[in-house]
Amino acid sequence: MSAPAYTTDEMMTVSASRMLRNGAVCFVGIGLPSTAANLARLTHAPEAVLIYESGPIGAKPPVLPLSIGDGNLADTADTVVSTPEIFRYWLQGGRVDVGFLGAAQLDRFANLNTTVIGDYRKPKTRLPGAGGAPEISSSAKEVLIIVRQSKRTFVQKLDFITSVGHLTGGDSRAKLGLPGKGPTAVITDLCILRPDPTTRELMVTHIHPGVTRETILDKTGWAIQFAEGCHATDLPSEHELQTLRNLHQRTAEAHGVVGAEA
Amino acid sequence: MAHWTSLSEAVRTHIHDGDTVALEGFTHLIPFAAGHEIIRQGIRNLSLIRMTPDVIYDQLIGAGCARKLTFSWGGNPGVGSLHRLRDAVEQAWPHALELEERSHADMANAYVAGAANLPFAIMRGYSGSDLPKFNTQIRTIRCPFTGEELAATPAVRPDVAVIHAQKADAKGNVLLWGIVGVQKEAVLASKRAIVTVEERVEKLDAPENACVLPGWVVDAVCLVPHGAHPSYAHGYYDRDNVFYRQWDAISRDRESFLAWIKHYILETSDFAEYEQRLAATAGQVVNA
Repeated sequence: MSAPAYTTDEMMTVSASRMLRNGAVCFVGIGLPSTAANLARLTHAPEAVLIYESGPIGAKPPVLPLSIGDGNLADTADTVVSTPEIFRYWLQGGRVDVGFLGAAQLDRFANLNTTVIGDYRKPKTRLPGAGGAPEISSSAKEVLIIVRQSKRTFVQKLDFITSVGHLTGGDSRAKLGLPGKGPTAVITDLCILRPDPTTRELMVTHIHPGVTRETILDKTGWAIQFAEGCHATDLPSEHELQTLRNLHQRTAEAHGVVGAEA
Repeated sequence: MAHWTSLSEAVRTHIHDGDTVALEGFTHLIPFAAGHEIIRQGIRNLSLIRMTPDVIYDQLIGAGCARKLTFSWGGNPGVGSLHRLRDAVEQAWPHALELEERSHADMANAYVAGAANLPFAIMRGYSGSDLPKFNTQIRTIRCPFTGEELAATPAVRPDVAVIHAQKADAKGNVLLWGIVGVQKEAVLASKRAIVTVEERVEKLDAPENACVLPGWVVDAVCLVPHGAHPSYAHGYYDRDNVFYRQWDAISRDRESFLAWIKHYILETSDFAEYEQRLAATAGQVVNA
């Protein structure tokens, strides 16, 4: 059987969705993380519990939400709680297995910037800010990050650390005494990266089919390392691709626009 | 004690130049009509508080109502940037805007502390983040029992809270449901509270544990159907995602923003007229 045709974004979303195990309690960011988490729920992880910071717990949206608090999240949730309760009882309370985040910028230790490009007080670009991410990245038992890879997103040095990953590497995160173990994988449109067990620096462990090491080097702002035994990511299956495309199609129809990807 | 009144009267009575005001509603039930009325009345130098500034604060900031913004996520949800917020921060237009930036968990905890009449909130948070370097109000405190170091931040205590809800009865008892965000905490943390509602009913018929704000913690209740547009009111109408997308074009440019504010807010007498103008342009906005 020949490999199905797919886009790099589809490869990224499918790869990210596979990281979410069935039954996991997942605190979901809006946009790419929400797409991947819902794809997981519609394929191999029907028992995954999706929590959105606006208050829905166990959301099963029929189409992708455009905002973090769309009505279909509340309609399909097991329960809807207040925002203080979400952060106090459920996230800080230690009930979340996986935090699923995006980012504007990240560095080699998977620290995230969603605050500013440039100087904080005189920013070149003012980004939306922290939202729930600093506490998700510290309190979720582990963190998955999904982001498109480029020299703009994968930078040598962050202008601002909004949410901590592995800080300066080694045992620096452990010394902060955070409850969660931090980012365990970064999934991009080119590859999958995981932190080295000792240095905590991100290493490429899987390269998406058709992507070269040169492309990855070219789209990274630091001298990125490839793990020994780094191999090709499994191709998306027909079922995964069809489920994802149907989800996007339903979403576009529901929102009255084409290309509803946030 | 709640008084049923017009929105213009409620804003005139309870919101003054220089006040600290929180218009809350997490994506859902955003009190847009009240925000418009603040712009219409030309209220200035407000210290605005809101977890997610959204389009409502983009309008207030661009219209020159705000001196300061306390917030935790400032974007147009699902679309991109808040261009008026960015223009204020990056170019000081229409004037400089002081920022007090926090995280969602912090803001939620700070509202709880305010509602509980405590001076500060305690939480596990901000470790390793640069935010405490730029917001010196984010500090630490040591647990007297375990020695654990925790983040401590000041309670949120607005002069005025403004929320939108589904229903209120004759006595001004308010019922809201769906995604309720921090609205209850915002009302209880504030000195005064204005609530706009979709519907005035004889009886709320609320289940025992429903989110009800008794009329005696609310100052003004105003009947403003669709008053959360372009956000949504669960059980009444959906989010106007098309408007949120259109806002990106309207707000990107100062001239088109000012034309929009003039046509839809300043030249209209109230929210009903705003809706008429929206309908007249069939969702197509002027100069956008």
